[in-house]
Amino acid sequence: QLSLFRFTVKRPFSTSHSSVDSKEMKKFQLLAHKWWDEEGEYAALHSMNDIRVPFIRDTLLSMSSNYHLGNPLSGIKILDVGCGGGLLSEPLGRLGASVTGIDPVEDNIRTADRHKSFDPVLAKRIQYKSSSLEEIVEESMETFDVIVASEVVEHVADLETFIKCCSQVLKPEGSLFITTINKTQLSYVLGIVVAEKIMGIVPEGTHEWEKFVPPEELERLLESSGFSVKSVNGMLYNPLSGCWSWVGSTSLNYAVHAVKSAAPAHSHATDTLPGTDIPQRSGTAGTAG
Amino acid sequence: SAPPLYDVVVSGGGMVGSAMAAVLGHDIHFHDKKIALLEAGPRKEYDHMPESYSNRVSSISPGSATLLSSCGAWDHVCSLRLKPFRRMQVWDACSEAMIVFEKDDLDDMGYIVENDVIMSALTKQLDAVADRVEVFYRSKAVGYTWPLPSHGCDTSPWVQVELADGRRLQTKLLIGADGHNSMVRKEAEIKNIEHQYDQSAVVATLHLSEATDNNVAWQRFLPTGPIALLPLSDTASSLVWSTSHDHASELLAMDEESFVDSINSAFWSNVNHSDFIDSAGAMFRSAISLLKPSGTAVRQLPPSVAKVDPESRATFPLGVGHATEYVQHRVALIGDAAHRVHPLAGQGVNLGFGDIACLAHHLSAAAFNGSDLGSLKHLLKFETERQRHNVSLIAATDVLKRLYSTTLTPLVLLRTWGLQATNALPPVKVRI
Repeated sequence: QLSLFRFTVKRPFSTSHSSVDSKEMKKFQLLAHKWWDEEGEYAALHSMNDIRVPFIRDTLLSMSSNYHLGNPLSGIKILDVGCGGGLLSEPLGRLGASVTGIDPVEDNIRTADRHKSFDPVLAKRIQYKSSSLEEIVEESMETFDVIVASEVVEHVADLETFIKCCSQVLKPEGSLFITTINKTQLSYVLGIVVAEKIMGIVPEGTHEWEKFVPPEELERLLESSGFSVKSVNGMLYNPLSGCWSWVGSTSLNYAVHAVKSAAPAHSHATDTLPGTDIPQRSGTAGTAG
Repeated sequence: SAPPLYDVVVSGGGMVGSAMAAVLGHDIHFHDKKIALLEAGPRKEYDHMPESYSNRVSSISPGSATLLSSCGAWDHVCSLRLKPFRRMQVWDACSEAMIVFEKDDLDDMGYIVENDVIMSALTKQLDAVADRVEVFYRSKAVGYTWPLPSHGCDTSPWVQVELADGRRLQTKLLIGADGHNSMVRKEAEIKNIEHQYDQSAVVATLHLSEATDNNVAWQRFLPTGPIALLPLSDTASSLVWSTSHDHASELLAMDEESFVDSINSAFWSNVNHSDFIDSAGAMFRSAISLLKPSGTAVRQLPPSVAKVDPESRATFPLGVGHATEYVQHRVALIGDAAHRVHPLAGQGVNLGFGDIACLAHHLSAAAFNGSDLGSLKHLLKFETERQRHNVSLIAATDVLKRLYSTTLTPLVLLRTWGLQATNALPPVKVRI
């Protein structure tokens, strides 16, 4: 079975340091065609756009001095890691960003490509690729202004490698947005038992509690990989209303915004691609957000 | 190749449809979007108004004026012509009961504006955003094709619109502003609860016997229906007389002198009073003045009419209607397509402008969130807000219409006392 996946994903060599977990891939393969049913298995993810898109948008706007409210993310290159069917890539594309969506499950990419094809504006702004993060590192060094990894890190096999790869493809002072699930007793009870087995908010078997990531650990890994963590916010899903909201507690779901440190003084200055809105600041890491 | 794709298509270029397109076109979050407005009739624009007034006028509330201001149209209205009014006097033909509406700060309560003036102003503002809003004049939509549920299919997820000349459009959101016989509503198979009143409205442009400030709107409830005099200028007023179909035909057929006499008599005559009601009313009034000395207002006398503009008499049937749903996937109804109301409350177009303010607010937020504009999620928020607001008003208007269509003593007494009490109670009056 592993060789079958090697064939479909076209991995040229075995990867003992891969961040992609093949068991995880299989789970998502089975649901590849369900992504765009707003009331189906992925309803909670559709609904999450109502808070994660404004979060990303407003954070980026607050860091930029030159934008137009009619096209707020224009000129920004975003990498959507684990894009699935494109649920988050599309709103970001509509707001003007150039989005590259990657996902190791080919069926997901097929679904995403088909869905965006009907809208000529999105078809141009978004490119999808069936790939893992490591596979694009070589050709995408310091290419992206922003990386979003939403509901992904709880599925990766090797989180440290994943974060290091994020750092490699991100421009200095670029932003990394992560949303994921904390590893607590509460998240076991509500996130697995209730959400999966009782209420069916998430398809059963989607999550493994062992792979949930406490915010402290995520912060530690980020800081040790050259990121400065700017904000950590708790998120809560209300199954009755079907809505997400920001909350004080990070015991269940949470979102992180981190910024990659600026280029060290002795290396050559990075070229700013035309149209990038994020101002270059000289100096040390930990710039004001 | 595929038909051109629009973000929003508004079907129906009347006051409400045009305002919807203009408001969206002026919204900053729609800066890069493509909007189309479909209007079956020709383009309407005036640089200056003809001397005579049009017989189709609307009472514009301050809230509606604010909406028109937000897309820059109100300035054009003011430079063409309009008549602000400060006071509204509403009274019963069967009793002395009266209610007066007046804002404490002597601000304008509302404005009487010819529909043509509003259309002209909106046309100008649509021109101003022509890079975003494409107006198709003389283009009637003849068919709509709805998308299948979007997940898992290979057919287009957009609404297909077919025009009479064979051209086709696609859109992410279709807004139906095509009046009370809405084709969008019918094709979407949205049930409409409707009732034809046994009444028609007679409209005309009238000239007063003498010039006056004319900043009061008058409405008297006759047993056959309400008659209203809406100020147009110091010397002219617009008539809206809701009455039985037969009486409406008579009014249209009679000579101008008799027509004017009927109007004056309707406003001035006390033939429907009965001694019993008069004494009961007077007794109630004294009771109120004991409890609340300021609770009875001074009755003003409406102006008398001298002449009617020839060719300005017209009539149209009245009815009430309410769509059970205002929205569906990729579809929203606004204005008369969603709700039709009796003119007695002067609300009709204001409800439509209220719909626009609400829908534009939700669409603007959706656009700024990068959402799919046709998604039910935010469309349902619009529906809930507006149905909550509209249903009670439409029901109340309908009840008033029926309550005032009778001379039966108990009901007259009820409404007499009710009107007097309402007039004396500031909190209730302010809400109205």
